[in-house]
Amino acid sequence: MLTCKEATRLTSEAQDRDLAMMETLGLELHLMICSGCRRYREQMDFLHQACQHHPVRPAPDEKKSP
Amino acid sequence: MNSMNSDETGLTALRPDILRFARLQLRDDALAEDVVQDTMIAAMSGIDNFAGRATLKTWVFSILKNKLVDALRTRDRSVNVSALGDEEADFDSMFDTLFKANGHWLPGHQPAVWGDPEEDLSRQQFWQVFDACLNYLPTNTGRVFAMRELLDLEVDEICRELDIASSNCYVILHRARHQLRACLEKTWFGEGEK
Repeated sequence: MLTCKEATRLTSEAQDRDLAMMETLGLELHLMICSGCRRYREQMDFLHQACQHHPVRPAPDEKKSP
Repeated sequence: MNSMNSDETGLTALRPDILRFARLQLRDDALAEDVVQDTMIAAMSGIDNFAGRATLKTWVFSILKNKLVDALRTRDRSVNVSALGDEEADFDSMFDTLFKANGHWLPGHQPAVWGDPEEDLSRQQFWQVFDACLNYLPTNTGRVFAMRELLDLEVDEICRELDIASSNCYVILHRARHQLRACLEKTWFGEGEK
């Protein structure tokens, strides 16, 4: 079973590369039983969303004119 | 002749956002000013080519992003790869204190409940805290993070620009996200601090 320390690392790496099947499986199994790491993943996802929606950036719907 | 057309007026209005973005990426105010100046000049001289295929802001940001990548590539002061090692050692000793010897969260160090953070994206105050937390990241770690999440470069491109191994890049990005998360939790999402 993955440790929380490993799960946090894989959670971050999943944003940067495709995880191997066994990594994904191990992470998902861990997240099923660990609320702390589930929150960690939600918050990692939120950080990415926040960076994408930073107010100085062009809004996503501004990227193409109709 | 003496009146600026509306695109040029629009360009001037975009300058504050462009500068703020460049500062977040470069973390060097003088360098950021230089890059913004270059971007404005390039945009002004190319404005006739701006055919409204995208919004003005999107078009200027595409110029800005190229200028930022050039700055990161050519100025040896932009990302100090050797200093990344020191930042890493500092992080590792902090990171280890969060976990028990068996690698699971120590009680009290688990991520806290954040409520509905998406709501905060529309609050100006949130972004002041967010930028402060970004700037609080160790300098080089913060630059690599911004290359990934603000310039939207792929890890392969970052590795190539900085000449570091991709495994190293993943570690740096995890470190950055971890510290950014912790900073937001402490300064914004923490209980009773809003």
